[in-house]
Amino acid sequence: MDIFVLLKQTFDTEEKIVLQGGVVQEDGAKFVINPYDEYAVEQAIQLRDEHGGKVTLVSVGWERTAEALRTALAMGADEAVLISDERILGDEYEIAEILAHYLREQSIDLLLGGNFSVDNGAGQVAIRLASLLGLPHVASITKLDISGSTAVVHRDAEGDIEVIEVPLPALFTAQQGLNEPRYPSLPGIMKAKKKPFQHLSLDDIPGADAIIAKTARTSLTLPPERKAGRILKGDLASQVAELVQSLRNESKVI
Amino acid sequence: MAKQFLVVAEARGGKLRQVSFEALRAAQLSSSDGDTLAAVLIGAGSKVLAGELAAYGADTIYVVEDAQLESYNSEAYLSALLAVIAVAGPNALYFGHTAVGRDLAPLAAASLAAGQISDVTAIERSGDNVQFTRPLYAGKAVEKKAFTDPAAPWVVTVRPNNIAPAAPDASRQAQLIDVAYPAPSLRSIIREVVKKTSGAIDLAEAKIVVSGGRGVRSAEGFQPLEELAAVLGGAVGASRAACDAGYCEYAMQIGQTGKVVTPEIYIACGISGAIQHLAGMSSSRVIIAINKDAEAPIFKVADYGIVGDLFEVVPLLTEEFRKLLA
Ligand SMILES: Cc1cc2nc3c(=O)[nH]c(=O)nc-3n(C[C@H](O)[C@H](O)[C@H](O)COP(=O)(O)OP(=O)(O)OC[C@H]3O[C@@H](n4cnc5c(N)ncnc54)[C@H](O)[C@@H]3O)c2cc1C
Repeated sequence: MDIFVLLKQTFDTEEKIVLQGGVVQEDGAKFVINPYDEYAVEQAIQLRDEHGGKVTLVSVGWERTAEALRTALAMGADEAVLISDERILGDEYEIAEILAHYLREQSIDLLLGGNFSVDNGAGQVAIRLASLLGLPHVASITKLDISGSTAVVHRDAEGDIEVIEVPLPALFTAQQGLNEPRYPSLPGIMKAKKKPFQHLSLDDIPGADAIIAKTARTSLTLPPERKAGRILKGDLASQVAELVQSLRNESKVI
Repeated sequence: MAKQFLVVAEARGGKLRQVSFEALRAAQLSSSDGDTLAAVLIGAGSKVLAGELAAYGADTIYVVEDAQLESYNSEAYLSALLAVIAVAGPNALYFGHTAVGRDLAPLAAASLAAGQISDVTAIERSGDNVQFTRPLYAGKAVEKKAFTDPAAPWVVTVRPNNIAPAAPDASRQAQLIDVAYPAPSLRSIIREVVKKTSGAIDLAEAKIVVSGGRGVRSAEGFQPLEELAAVLGGAVGASRAACDAGYCEYAMQIGQTGKVVTPEIYIACGISGAIQHLAGMSSSRVIIAINKDAEAPIFKVADYGIVGDLFEVVPLLTEEFRKLLA
């Protein structure tokens, strides 16, 4: 089975965001595999082990993204492709089109991605890609079983669970609960260094350099900081009474 | 050139979702004089909801009804929407940033080769220049975006609870246009839907969220929180630690890798206030923290804090609200 995993590198979720001159300060920040993509990597490895085949990671990102790809190779993925180019602005239309241009040339049985990326949070690229590649898709899955050329998945639909049957090839995005991602082992890390790793620029993907972003950032700021409020005092009953009164009279939310 | 804005309305349990009225308002805020506002209703028996969409600002309402559209299916809904787009020729599509909107909007955007701005919380327009505000890093930063080509089709999804809907005017009339459903042959088949949240209020849209963390100690520990939420007409959320421990469903998780909520009131019970949790709730209007540990970081962002055992405090709070709201 030819499995492709869409992977993005994101800030570690522990990181505070610091801005300098209107851009996010990256010096000294820790980067990780986007947590949702980690579930996709884990699922791909498990399916490869069960059904045979190959897991190829694909990422559009800065050169530093190579670290995240190496980590996923160390987890057990077979190959990595990093599409990196200064001309890419990061618009979701653009990224999905670039990926589609690359993936149309590949033989694909299964495409896995994350539910959304925890930095940008737009949740567009994978679903756009399904449409561009003409694949059926199910977003936000918590269970994936494959038998023959049919997948049965559980989709988290705002709390309800939909059980959906989809013919392969198909695209799925991983939701929390799908599995428990493994840590890269030491032998895994050693082996990862020798695994095939392609670095591509837009010039390597026919037609990709003509793709132009449709949206652009005009400003980036930090949200207003929240000030600590009031710790209530007194016995519990009077604290509770005071709280409810304050919500009505002070904050006017009740 | 006058533009047509098309809002994809969403119903749940036979009622329009609040976020659909918010999306109508978002489209209005993006529009200029002479632009028109339309809405689309996809579903079985959804026509009865048209009047309400008119009251909230829609001039034209496209309706696609078919038994196949009873519940959401990506391919079926996309096919219905594309049929409406072929008839209406809109310049912009607006959706709620809900499970349906998050799925359908990028499909529509890809079909139209359109740019999309997701999860919008505010809109500013000056002349033809429209700026869309959206959170990054689950709210640890905020960006403004614009479409680079104002003439190309726009796709926007609107985060629930952030853009106040217009005041409804029941006397407004809209033109109703039926669009035939071009039944596609569906590749994916929904075999079964296991309802877990039927009737409950959706977390993202709830005005009041009562959340439990590891401090609730068990699945049963959520009981007092559910009672409080029921009295307030709110929804119950959770920290990741509570989900990881198996006390609740992941669908309830709030935070950087969960849902981002912006309710009027957020009540954090037995939640320490890790940065990943704060990311998902710190733009709530009023935050209340209940925690045994006076040093818990949650108190640094809370408007009101009660240091105490949640199993004592929450039932007292439920009683007090019950008295107030009686
Ligand atoms: C990649 C990644 C992503 C993450 N994403 C998220 C996310 O989206 N959302 C999220 O929430 N977390 C997330 N986390 C986890 C986060 O770091 C914290 O571990 C988690 O938020 C802690 O949950 P908690 O506050 O419920 O538990 P704890 O930190 O264990 O805190 C429990 C609190 O309950 C209090 N308590 C205990 N008993 C009582 C009682 N009887 N009455 C009152 N108070 C009591 C304690 O004093 C303590 O403060 C993520 C972590 C990682 C690594």
